Amino acid sequence: MTQSRQPGNDAQGSRMISVSHISKRYPGGYEALRDVTFSVEPGEMVFITGHSGAGKSTLLKMIAAIEMPSSGGVIINGQNVSAMKSGAIPYLRRNFGLIFQDHKLLFDRSVFENVALPLAITGFPRGEIARRTRAALDKVGLLGREKARPITLSGGEQQRLCIARAIVNRPAILLADEPTGNLDAAYAEEIIGMFKSFNQVGVTVVIATHDQALIGRLGPRILHLDHGTLAA
Amino acid sequence: MNWLLAHFDTLRESLVRLARQPFATGLNVIVIGIALSLPVGFYLGIDNLQAFSRQLSSDPQVSIFMAMDAGAADIAAVERRLRSHPEVGRVDFIARDQALARLKRSAGLADVLADLERNPLPDAFVVTARSNDPSTLEALRDQAGRWPKVEHVQLDAEWARRLDAALGVGRLLVTLLAALLALALVAVTFNTIRLQILTRRDEIEVSKLIGATNPFIRRPFLYLGSLQGLAGGCAAWLIVTLALVVLNVQLAELTTLYGTAFKLQPLDAADSLLLLGFSAALGWLGAWLSVSRHLWQIEPR
Repeated sequence: MTQSRQPGNDAQGSRMISVSHISKRYPGGYEALRDVTFSVEPGEMVFITGHSGAGKSTLLKMIAAIEMPSSGGVIINGQNVSAMKSGAIPYLRRNFGLIFQDHKLLFDRSVFENVALPLAITGFPRGEIARRTRAALDKVGLLGREKARPITLSGGEQQRLCIARAIVNRPAILLADEPTGNLDAAYAEEIIGMFKSFNQVGVTVVIATHDQALIGRLGPRILHLDHGTLAA
Repeated sequence: MNWLLAHFDTLRESLVRLARQPFATGLNVIVIGIALSLPVGFYLGIDNLQAFSRQLSSDPQVSIFMAMDAGAADIAAVERRLRSHPEVGRVDFIARDQALARLKRSAGLADVLADLERNPLPDAFVVTARSNDPSTLEALRDQAGRWPKVEHVQLDAEWARRLDAALGVGRLLVTLLAALLALALVAVTFNTIRLQILTRRDEIEVSKLIGATNPFIRRPFLYLGSLQGLAGGCAAWLIVTLALVVLNVQLAELTTLYGTAFKLQPLDAADSLLLLGFSAALGWLGAWLSVSRHLWQIEPR
């Protein structure tokens, strides 16, 4: 890692994600992250590994401004997240495609409506929403299921639905928290293949996982978290 | 254009959402409708009475009754004073015999009056003042009251003026009632929207996570509140209008007995629009308060 000590450094401007000296202490004294510093270049694919409770999810949440660090700073594409007004955070989040450990699908809406939600939020016209939503569903192989309810989908299909929702807005950064969590090896392989193809078209990808087997085959850049600190 | 379409979509969605729970929506609309119909109904009643009393009190007539022992010279003196008075327009003299004859004709009291030994009515002047200003009329009354052989001076419109003043108090009470029930409407909407927010918690959380702004999240709830308020306003309008139709049927019987034609006027277009606009605005306010109060509690974790 070649991170700079000065957050204002010129080199920061070209970085997609720049995390400098962030720590997170929860009330009660538990320290989820301790002095973590790293950066991710545009178009890079990075894995964050570590045992459960090592702080992987917390780190992803700080990058997406879902949680704020107790100290230190996060800069996304030149924007200092910690200094951001709360009104600006929604616009920052539109740069991300988020894939959550617990999916966070809306079960009272159809597959199509779930994927269309980010576009509706951004304010696309209806025709454009339909076109882009179908394109995203096609990419994850769910085009035939657009009228289905998420509850009727298998675990792997639900995961693919999450991915479709994350990429439909064509985000610059994909953040995935345990995307292969409960899937068997074949499904996991397929999901990781999708991330690789998004990365190949220029999307910056950050994946948190504990699945060592998965990483071994890919040989990517790895950030290993151990009890909240970054191991080299 | 997109912006307009987005609002139109939200409107359609909110209507669908309300229609999907017809029972809950219906109950809310009825509660709001009844709450609003009370002040609106009272307002309408007062408005009608006030129009009636204004119509009567705008009549600038003063009756001057002479003493029973007034002679022709006294009457001529009073008439002279009246004719030269700057505030007096028209003067009609009604001699006591003439008054008795008129009474016999008009009220069907001929039998009773025939039994009277002598005419109990005094000579009188009916004076129409030039202006309708109450203080001028009162000055004229006081002045004429001091003239010799004048027994009594009466402003014919005085009771109507008193009624008008009493109605002013009624109007104030209606305003207070309206303010209280408007508060009730806001409270009902607040609670409905609170329940809506709770049932749509997941949706709000996910929307926030994928970059929805607060106005975007607030919008459907504001529409919901406004629409519910508007529906309540329509219900109130219907309640009041139907009540008026029923009342007018009864009133028609009553007024024919008294030989006058008095009919309650329904809400005019401007007042109707005001009622609907007001109820929608109050619904919006309730929803806005509710969303502001509850939305920040749903932060994604």
